[in-house]
Amino acid sequence: MTETLNGTIAGTAPHLIWLLAGVALILIIATLIGEALRLRIAPDGSNPVIENLNARIAAWWGMVLLLALAFLAGRIGVVVLFAILSFSALREFLTLTSKARADHWALLGAFFIVLPLQYWLIGIDWYGLYSVLVPVYAFLLMPVVSALRGNPKGYLSRVAETQWALMICVYCVSHVPALLSLQIPGYEGRNVILIAWLIFTVQLSDVMQYVWGKLIGRRKLAPELSPSKTWEGLTGGVLTASAAGSALWWMTPFSLPQAAGIALIVTLMGSFGGLVMSAIKRDKGVKDWGHLIAGHGGFLDRLDSVVFAAPIFFHLVRFGWSLT
Amino acid sequence: MVAPVLTRIAAGLTGKAITLFARIVTAPRAIWAGIEPVPMQRVYYANHTSNGDFVLIWTVLPAMLRRRTRPVAALDYWLAKPLRAFIGRDVFNAVLIDRRPDQRVEDPVTLMAQALDEGSSLILFPEGLRNMTDAPLMPFKSGLFHLATQRPEVDLVPVWISNLNQIMPKGEIVPLPLVCTLTFGAPLHLQPGEEKQAFLDRASTALLALRSEGQA
Repeated sequence: MTETLNGTIAGTAPHLIWLLAGVALILIIATLIGEALRLRIAPDGSNPVIENLNARIAAWWGMVLLLALAFLAGRIGVVVLFAILSFSALREFLTLTSKARADHWALLGAFFIVLPLQYWLIGIDWYGLYSVLVPVYAFLLMPVVSALRGNPKGYLSRVAETQWALMICVYCVSHVPALLSLQIPGYEGRNVILIAWLIFTVQLSDVMQYVWGKLIGRRKLAPELSPSKTWEGLTGGVLTASAAGSALWWMTPFSLPQAAGIALIVTLMGSFGGLVMSAIKRDKGVKDWGHLIAGHGGFLDRLDSVVFAAPIFFHLVRFGWSLT
Repeated sequence: MVAPVLTRIAAGLTGKAITLFARIVTAPRAIWAGIEPVPMQRVYYANHTSNGDFVLIWTVLPAMLRRRTRPVAALDYWLAKPLRAFIGRDVFNAVLIDRRPDQRVEDPVTLMAQALDEGSSLILFPEGLRNMTDAPLMPFKSGLFHLATQRPEVDLVPVWISNLNQIMPKGEIVPLPLVCTLTFGAPLHLQPGEEKQAFLDRASTALLALRSEGQA
């Protein structure tokens, strides 16, 4: 149930360092390409696509650094980091949902009771409760808090959208640190690699969808939801990232074919996540969820694919490889 | 000798703490949709739904501008308690005006004009009171018009503050951490010969127009 800090680092150090070094290498190449494009095409910073690309790459450095620090801090670091990400994501989501004054206490409860409780349960490894806290207890009790304050106007939309916010931003995101609690024989103390592999594969798929889309994107996937998503981008991104994820099978508990299958599933789920979250943004009339990550938008703009991939990945591994 | 220095240090720290708190709670985002955040003398006028309004404008202004920007606030509220007086006078350096015509010794518009003459920018809520109605904006009081008449050269910048009434609805004490956007629009000036009501309507329309801008 508890891993010591040393155990985490000693068990994972070689593979984690390889993975981080690989990511750093990719980012160095990306930075060089970004700067070269700026020098060749618009040295005065007048090309918005290139400026956005460079802002994205700069933000990636920050995100990778933050994630690496959390990994080094061990279980607590990872749980706290994802709790903060959940908080920021929930803030972005609930800013856009329908709500009334009568929901004030229910919404405060979402931020200051449900969210910390979920991550505390993850921290102490209480699977039986953290897997039902949001879909059962929050689902039943938060509407009660709102109902007690009266005001039936738009009631169902209000409670349903609040529940959606919690499921997406707290429940799903929390399944990333929950991976630390799986007990896989012969893989003890290395679970943090599962997180690194998942995030690497899913985010690489996002990045490669962007790259393939910009290079050869022709046919729009869902023009009414997201003008930038194309079939070529989706296929190229999913296949490239699945190949990269499979190539890293030796640091996972999976065999090569297993790694390929799981990589395909999580990258597809990630793409679906991007699509669903785009539909919500369109519905609410916004382009980005927020503004805090330069070039990317909000936390949810970056997390949307992980949100959809993490719980499925968690349950696949739990069902197929874990003792718990 | 010592006391004023301590007060200034305490005021500086309290100011930092308040802006940090505002950033954590609402992650306020400034959208510059008509002006740039450059050091020019301005009167920022905004919709007023919560006591946190001017704190947010103050927070999103770059530090260089913030030091020279003074909120215009109600003397009867801000001097009522010692802590409020410290925050209002020392931290925010507010231009304190008396809303009670029968009791005041100085004319509010004269005080504001004085502050402008000293080089300060101002934050002003032309609705006068917090808006507790369902309407997005209440009718403006005439203060903005009189100030524009007395100092016609100063930029009047509309600032639409979104979401704050949901972050802290009337009567609630715990703020909800939602994202807040502040949209700064293009500056207005009093036209030659413009009537009071026509000017106030124009200022009000310009502010309301920023509402949809801030949705992005």
